[in-house]
Parts: sequence; C-alpha cells; structure tokens
Amino acid sequence: MSKMITVKDLHKSFGKNEVLKGIDLEVHEQEVVCVIGPSGSGKSTLLRCLNLLEEVTSGDVYIEGDNLTDKNVNINEVRTRVGMVFQHFNLFPHMTVMDNITLGPMKIKGVSKDQARKDAIPILQKVGLEEKADVYPESLSGGQKQRVAIARSLAMNPKIMLFDEPTSALDPELVGDVLEVMKDLAKEGMTMVVVTHEMGFAREMGDRVIFMDEGIIMEEDEPENLFGNPQNPRTQEFLSKVL
Amino acid sequence: MEAIMDSHYIRVLPFLFEGLVWTLIITGVGLFFGFILGAIFGLARLSKNKLIYIISSIYVEALRGTPILAQILFIYFGLPDLIGFNIDKITASIIAIALNAGAYIAEIVRGAVYSIDKGQNEAGRSIGLTRGQTMRYIIWPQAFKRMIPPLGNQFVISLKDTSLFSVIAVGELLYMGQQYYGTTFAAFEALTMVCLMYLAITVPTALYLRKVERRLDV
Repeated sequence: MSKMITVKDLHKSFGKNEVLKGIDLEVHEQEVVCVIGPSGSGKSTLLRCLNLLEEVTSGDVYIEGDNLTDKNVNINEVRTRVGMVFQHFNLFPHMTVMDNITLGPMKIKGVSKDQARKDAIPILQKVGLEEKADVYPESLSGGQKQRVAIARSLAMNPKIMLFDEPTSALDPELVGDVLEVMKDLAKEGMTMVVVTHEMGFAREMGDRVIFMDEGIIMEEDEPENLFGNPQNPRTQEFLSKVL
Repeated sequence: MEAIMDSHYIRVLPFLFEGLVWTLIITGVGLFFGFILGAIFGLARLSKNKLIYIISSIYVEALRGTPILAQILFIYFGLPDLIGFNIDKITASIIAIALNAGAYIAEIVRGAVYSIDKGQNEAGRSIGLTRGQTMRYIIWPQAFKRMIPPLGNQFVISLKDTSLFSVIAVGELLYMGQQYYGTTFAAFEALTMVCLMYLAITVPTALYLRKVERRLDV
C-alpha cells in the first residue's frame, strides 16, 4: 500500500516553547491512525502540521509524496486532498448547510452551482442530514454541526481526513452520531488521522494507535497491544488514568 | 400665517436646502472613497508584512492625530504649493472627508475582521481556499455585518465634520446659514434652522442604527 503521509524529524516551536521535538510518522493508504495523549502533548499541533495550518519549524511533511515545506508545492492544492475536521466545527455561520458544503467545490474546483448541489446530496445523506440542507448552522446541535463539517470536507473528495478532537466539544449523548459517521468513513477505506480522547473509538477503529507526550511519540502499536500491554511507563500511567 | 411665512425661519430655508445638498454630497462621496481607503488600510494593518503594516499605521495615526480643520486647510491652501495647481473647494472637501474618515474606518475594518474567530480562517484554508478567497467569501461577509453600526456612527461624525469646511467657504449647510445672517442679522433664527437640519439627518440615522444593532445582537 502506498504512503499517504510521511513525517520526518518534525520540530515545531512556538517562540521558545518547543511543542514537537522530532516526530517521525508514516500513514499508509486506507489506514486509520489514532493519536492519543495528555493535553499539551503536541498531538493537535502535529495534526495541524499535516496540512500546514501550522508552519513547521524544521523537518519534512510529505503528503502523497509532495513535500509541504517545499516552496514550489502549492499548499492550497494539497489541502484540497486533505480534509480537516475541527474540535469547534468552524462552520461558516453566514451560510446555509448546503452553501457550507458547496463553497469549496464551486470556488476551488470550478464546479457549477447546480452540479455542486447535486453532488452534496449523497454526502449529506451519508452524514444523515439531508433534511437540514437549507438551514443555518446556528439551528443545529453540536453533533449535527460536526457532521456538516465532515460533509464539508468530504465535498472536496479528499484522500486523507484529519480529525482534531472531533467529539471533545460535544455533549456526551451526541458523540455517538459523529463516531458512527467516522466509522463509516473508515470502513469505506478513507485514510484517517484522528486525534481523540475517545479510547473506545481508537481501540475499535484504529489500525494503529500513537501515544504522544511532551512532543514526541512515546509508543505506537496496534490498539490491542497498546491498550492491552503498553510498554512505556508514560503510556501505562496515561492509560491508567483515562481507562 | 403671513407673518410666519415671512419670518426668517422660513426665508432662510431655500439657502439651507442648497447647503444641505452639498453637505450630503460631500459626506456621501467622501465616505464612499473613505470606505475604500478604510478597507484597504484596515486590511493592511492586519498584514504580516512589516512595511505594509508600517505604512498603513502611519496613515491611520497621522490622520487621527491631527484635527480635520488643519487637514482641510492643508489640502486646500497647503497642497497647491506642492503640486502646483489649485484644488476646487468641493474636491478638497471630499478629499478631506475621505482621508479623515478613511483612517477611522480603517480601524473599524481592522477591528471587525480581527474579531472574527480564527477558526473561520482555518476552516477556509483547510478546504483549499486561498487567503484572498477566504477573506472574500468567509471573513469579510461576517466582518461587514459587525461594521455596520460603527460605520453609521462614522457617517454622523463625518456629516457634522463637513461644517468645518465653512472656513474655506464651501457652500455647505452651516456656511449657507452664516451667509444668511451675515446680511439679515437674523443669527438666532438662521442657526436654529441649521441645527434642526443637522438633527433631521443625524437623529433618524442614530435611531435606525440602534435598531440595526439590536437586530445584529441576536
């Protein structure tokens, strides 16, 4: 299987504070990689470096072979292949659900309005919100908003999806719907990197789980091994607190 | 009835209406260009480019830090010495309003754009929109809504500022009132009517803005 993401010796500092201290990572096609770890461990920063929402301080990030730190690589084009879902949804509040979803295809890919709307319908059905097409985000619940955000990313037909704590801002009873959508995506073979506190999801859906702490990858393994028999004392300590 | 019709309160009106038209033209055209300047310099003040930031900051601080009366005198009397030709009064007035209001509008624009949640920009960029597209389709429409109340406020301020242009004998509202009592000595009547005319524009504007503000609040 081909490599979708390759990260080599990635460092990221905010001022004098070094948040990522040398990350190496490979994600293959159709793989679901879950990143867990305490807050402040750098897991969200790592994710945001994968589509260059954060500039990298040193090291390399390759998406399907394109080096994001190479000035000749068109980052906007790369981002159309890498969808991202945020903790706080970040839907566009002045647009309807439909307009949120069709904006990218229309403005970036030049798809006609009619075609973009037609394409959006099966995506909305996939996230279970086809009847919400014409409402504004403010009238949606958190879980619905997050599913719209997933649909907005999917409309660009990405090869990779990044999830940054997608259920952390949701009321507990709304988490399930969002996780269901993510599971469907994983089963369809989407390549996914998921920063999450949902250990159940990581265990069930992850092909690989990465435990991060203090800006480095402390341990990575298949979920059965990492959750069942963690080797690193930091992993053991973290899991004993959250499980 | 005849006494009222013959009073200075009424006889001054034709002059004042003429003045009011110029006041509104100067304010309207001036603010049109002022908004363009304000949008450009307001966005420039958010730029990461040091030079662009410095230039826009100099403009904003220079215009906000000097009185508009000095600005109009500078444009009308001072500038011709430098550029070698005269500027007519109305053009000078429009330039003064545009430059002066532009500086304040730049701050309105900067504040409104800055107030939009950073996540909006990230969401736009993450689907592959360019910086410009993200500004145009996502940030600006949301920011513009927040600009409406302060822009209305700026309209009222600039409208009143045009009265200062009476010093270069622009035939705006106050100047026309002054002309009237200069020959008739009916200063009380003329200035009462001048003030009522300003209020006839500014009060409804203020009331309307309060309504808009309430609607934007929800």
